[in-house]
Amino acid sequence: MAELFVYGIVLGSIIALGAIGLTLVYGILRFANFAHGDLMTAGAYIALFLVTGLFPWLGIPDTTFGPLSFGWRMALAFPIAMVGMAMVSILFDRIIYRRLRLKRSGSVMLAMSALGASFIIRMIVLILWGGDYHFYRPGILRPAILLPLEIKIRPDQILILLTVFFLVVLLYLFLQRTKMGKAMRATSDNMELARVSGIDTERVIIWTWGIGGALAAAGGILYAIDVQLHPGMGWHFLLPLFAATILGGIGNMYGALIGALVMGVAQQVSTAYLLPTYKPAVAFIVMILILLVRPQGIFGGKRT
Amino acid sequence: MRVLEVKNLISGYGDTDILHDVSMKLDEKEIISIIGPNGAGKSTLLKTIFGILTPRQGVVQLQDEEITGLSPDKIVRKGMSYVPQVDNVFPSLTIQENLEMGAFVRTDDYRDRLQEMYDLFPLLKDRRNQKVGSLSGGQRQMVAMGRALMLDPKVLLLDEPSASLAPLLVGMIFEKIVDINKTGVAIVVVEQNARETLKISNRGYVLAMGRKVFEDTGKAILENKEVGKLYLGG
Amino acid sequence: MEISGIIAYLVSLAIMAGIFAVFALGLNIQWGYTGLFNIGIAGFFCIGAYTSAMITTPMPTGLYAQYVHQIFGLNLPFILGILGAALVCGFIAYLIGYPTLRLREDYLAIATIGIAETFRLIFNNEHWLANGPRGLMGLPQPLYWLVDQGWVDPRYYNFIYLPIVLAIMVVIYLSIERVIRSPWGRVLRAIREDEIASAMSGKDIFRFKMQSFIFGSMIMGVGGALYAHYTKAISPDVFTPLYGTFIIWVMLMAGGSGNNKGAILGAFVVWGIWIGTKFLTDFLPYTLKARAPYIRFLIIGILLEIILIYRPQGLMGEEKRISKMID
Repeated sequence: MAELFVYGIVLGSIIALGAIGLTLVYGILRFANFAHGDLMTAGAYIALFLVTGLFPWLGIPDTTFGPLSFGWRMALAFPIAMVGMAMVSILFDRIIYRRLRLKRSGSVMLAMSALGASFIIRMIVLILWGGDYHFYRPGILRPAILLPLEIKIRPDQILILLTVFFLVVLLYLFLQRTKMGKAMRATSDNMELARVSGIDTERVIIWTWGIGGALAAAGGILYAIDVQLHPGMGWHFLLPLFAATILGGIGNMYGALIGALVMGVAQQVSTAYLLPTYKPAVAFIVMILILLVRPQGIFGGKRT
Repeated sequence: MRVLEVKNLISGYGDTDILHDVSMKLDEKEIISIIGPNGAGKSTLLKTIFGILTPRQGVVQLQDEEITGLSPDKIVRKGMSYVPQVDNVFPSLTIQENLEMGAFVRTDDYRDRLQEMYDLFPLLKDRRNQKVGSLSGGQRQMVAMGRALMLDPKVLLLDEPSASLAPLLVGMIFEKIVDINKTGVAIVVVEQNARETLKISNRGYVLAMGRKVFEDTGKAILENKEVGKLYLGG
Repeated sequence: MEISGIIAYLVSLAIMAGIFAVFALGLNIQWGYTGLFNIGIAGFFCIGAYTSAMITTPMPTGLYAQYVHQIFGLNLPFILGILGAALVCGFIAYLIGYPTLRLREDYLAIATIGIAETFRLIFNNEHWLANGPRGLMGLPQPLYWLVDQGWVDPRYYNFIYLPIVLAIMVVIYLSIERVIRSPWGRVLRAIREDEIASAMSGKDIFRFKMQSFIFGSMIMGVGGALYAHYTKAISPDVFTPLYGTFIIWVMLMAGGSGNNKGAILGAFVVWGIWIGTKFLTDFLPYTLKARAPYIRFLIIGILLEIILIYRPQGLMGEEKRISKMID
């Protein structure tokens, strides 16, 4: 059980990267981005292309870092994929969501367009890579480290935790210390007032999508390092992502983090009683319970 | 010197016109009040001046420059600021951060200005790292005004500054408005609380049903029994 | 290709389009008339199909029972299968509606996604329910005794099924049209226009939403049943978010939400486009052929975005006249 808990934290931290991005977008743009899971997928696959396609061609060596399952290729691919996904997210906003915003379409129309976007992204991934599972590093042995309490954890997973921690701290500093970060928080509070104060809300929106996309890519890659890549992985994450976001309160970054960890643990612990494929259903049940009992989330989020 | 002029404004929401042919002016160093019964169009007038609403007809001029129909973020760069009636602060940001957001478009070092705001609102200085959402109504109103002043505007538009305040605080807010005016900002105050506003105003306009029905000096309106009875609730 | 072959092909197209039209009509009640953002159509599709399948097939016996497991098998006629599907879906909608219909739109949407996913997972993993991933096969078809008797060539069975589908579609269409013009329908419209105002005028919003949700879901159940008896075999991987939900939304948005004729038109047009993409992808080079379904779905996805941006009211727009009294 302790091991399930620990792995739940690892899974939860991956979900957190997606949930934080999702809650940022939700808080500022006030619509449910159903494409967020697929942003994670796309990020993972961009990294796949880099690690197994471009970088070998460029001659970047394949050696791994000590006990980890990856090396320089992934170390380079990771930030590049994040930036790439940031740009893709911004692109989707410019082409689709922004047009609907300017027409003052309701949040349902936006959510529907996000649903469409999620399928578009998934289809592109399927067209380019097909429906099989992929690995960054097929056939690798992944020895586990033994910790106290008989918990086995892989070095990769420790790195996942560290990476998530690092990114979250980075985001925190960005939101608290930089002008754009504060502007994002202000816009999330009250977009109308932000405009009235002279804040360039369109730029804030671009940054929001960029950060959301980058974090989603990071989450997707980390998941793929830990488990595998498959085109439906993002959709798989959709329910846990939304459950985490709602649990933490919409627009609340720290709430999303906690919510994600809770969801990760809940899902993992559930595998002691249910088949692993039921994990999204577990996320769903938890989400429904929250919505019934305390829809504003544990920490309270933005007004509707 | 004229800082703000509004000519023959017809404006409203969607297909409905709220303002019918409203004109007014504001000179440097003045405080003017816009008063009148509920629904008279007072807030609509401010929103139209600030570009939140685009008028169907009419002209808005800021220091001889026509700004009719410009968006708020452009108008704010030209020297006019606006404090809405509700939702006028960023609750999850601290006092200091709220003020910083007010200075968003400034590219220069605005620390002096920040200090001036703390001099103007000493109560805020001690709590400057406190989240505004946890402040009282009166303190929030001060933050709202401070935010708007960070850009050193020539004109400040206030929408019902005393609206949600306890009576004890109302006087304090109006004192602050006078203090702000003394620093050289011309102010337009829209208010339900006609009495208090007129006391501090150079001039006033009475709006009813979207039209200007009376205009005079603040003192004169206060003493005018007729206007008082008809429009200001006796 | 001979004429009878082309006609047979068109008939099969029309059957599928008609089935999807039924779904679109059901969704139109929930979304077009009541503003419920239901992204879980696949769930009712699934349940309707399985319910009808298990009502109309016998319980497996003997050696067969070792390969096929289902929770019940009643071996009843087709019409009862359809009714059963509708009733079960209506009941499930009732159960689901209770916790979820009070939620705001986007939460409702996520909840419906979750419900559909959960159902699919259950049907896929609980083998005792409906044979798990292998699904159920050999589903009976209505009026098939005509073929058994030798009066109809089995190749032309679809010519019998098509009028059945269309008849059911028309019956549903007429019922909805009737209901929408009733006082109940007017309240629904009012709720969609302005929920707060309707609530203030004393109507029990929740009850109306529930009734609309149940009504729409029952129709979707019928659609599922029609599908099952057409394809004669169903399994959980049919009822994916893409095929079982998304495409129906595209159909409704394309045709015009809030318009029953639009729902039917949208179904036929989008299904036609879907089939059209098949012809397009036939021209693909060999290496891409395996990816053809993805390319086709990509086109459909892009189609939805274009509709939402450039013509959100769809081909026919929302129906203007909804009350006999106003006309």
